[in-house]
Amino acid sequence: MVDLWRIYGWPTALMIAEILAIIVPLLVAVAYLTLAERKVIAAVHLRKGPNVVGPFGLLQPLADGLKLFMKESVIPTGANHVVFLAAPILTFVLSLIAWAVIPFDQGMVLANINVGVLYLFAISSLGVYGIIMAGWASNSKYAFLGALRAAAQMVSYEVSIGFVIVSVLLCVGSLNLTAVVEAQRKVWFALPLLPMFVVFFISGLAETNRSPFDLVEGESELVGGFFVEYSAMPFALFYLGEYANMILMSAMTSILFLGGWLPPVDVAPFTWIPGPIWFFAKMAGVLFGFLWVRATFPRFRYDQLMRLGWKVFLPLSLFWLVATAGVLTAFGWLPSSGG
Amino acid sequence: MATLDRSARSLLLYELVSGMLLTLSYMFRRPVTVNYPYEKGPLSPRFRGEHALRRYPNGEERCIACKLCEAVCPALAITIEAEARADGSRRTTRYDIDMTKCIYCGLCQEACPVDAIVEGPNFEYATETREELFYDKAKLLENGDRWEAEIARNLSLDAPYR
Repeated sequence: MVDLWRIYGWPTALMIAEILAIIVPLLVAVAYLTLAERKVIAAVHLRKGPNVVGPFGLLQPLADGLKLFMKESVIPTGANHVVFLAAPILTFVLSLIAWAVIPFDQGMVLANINVGVLYLFAISSLGVYGIIMAGWASNSKYAFLGALRAAAQMVSYEVSIGFVIVSVLLCVGSLNLTAVVEAQRKVWFALPLLPMFVVFFISGLAETNRSPFDLVEGESELVGGFFVEYSAMPFALFYLGEYANMILMSAMTSILFLGGWLPPVDVAPFTWIPGPIWFFAKMAGVLFGFLWVRATFPRFRYDQLMRLGWKVFLPLSLFWLVATAGVLTAFGWLPSSGG
Repeated sequence: MATLDRSARSLLLYELVSGMLLTLSYMFRRPVTVNYPYEKGPLSPRFRGEHALRRYPNGEERCIACKLCEAVCPALAITIEAEARADGSRRTTRYDIDMTKCIYCGLCQEACPVDAIVEGPNFEYATETREELFYDKAKLLENGDRWEAEIARNLSLDAPYR
């Protein structure tokens, strides 16, 4: 019995504790990201934002969550019940499991797999299933149109995100996320690959369905898009999933382009600050960029969105990929394949 | 040259970045929010809010049941019944205002010869049921007693312009 505990029980308990140590702070971060979003947009609008519930409105996310939790989840009569309820669960789960491969510091990662980038890419592509399922199972034309738009949009921008990631991988020589960060000791990839960084950030906005590419939700045209029929907890799961995806996208941006947990320069006062804090600071910066963009730009039209994805970003990232490969080969800078 | 200029601007995201810098500069300005339930904006003395029936300082009600307000009311929100009191003066026995019909035009207070019916400065009288908005004479007189100070001040401030 003691052996059984030692061989199976203890590692399992340890793993569950590690998972909780990632997921619980993540959910708290999601809750406060919603507050931060409202505060940032309010500041840009010369408003104050939520400031009544708790000091500076700090308890507002809890009140919102409680409200959604207490409400009745309405399932439309014409809906396919199983798929209708499975869709938000799928979206939420997919937004959480991607965090398994995110390295917070040297060795501070749940699963240090050698195909980490590929895994992240696969998970973020699967995200479209939750949306399609929600749109189809709702049995509503608005939800269905929103889901179709979402699917087309996410597929379009994943192509250019793929090329951007490949050009980063060319400079690293490994698909392991820890190796990607370590390769940025000398200089962050955001500098030599600046156009790719911009393309990645904008495609990230489109991939997470954020403004100005949020015509998946399109409140003014599609009355809320694919989750128009959702209420209470299923709705909350979509919402959590969307914001968790934003945080994930900012983590990916930090890892691929902003040097993950590495300090900006490798000298004394910066190296004293532990790695995870640098990582979180960079994520916070990218997330602020997400909110800032939302506060600034109006929504794209659907044809403009498709034009940008296929006629601007795809050729640009393809060209830059070839240019990167050419430069690396010509100067003999190709990293030896390892890791 | 114009083409080069245009393509450089679009490739370097000139418009997008300058727009974002503008919104960033707005982030550091003072918010214009009025913290409503805790802070309130200024109200004109002519503000037409919740109705009130006033009394003379000796406690006698001002209304003499002339029914001019009932006649002038364009929304037909006012209902008055009147008869002679024991001391021989004409007084209302019923003075109802349906606040759900009222359009807050202020014609009743313009018509009133004795400044009895007035629209006070109160606008926070939302109720949970429709029936609570059918005001009767007792409710209107109570409003008058509660808001008399503000109403008297507003009337005297507005008097020079009448």
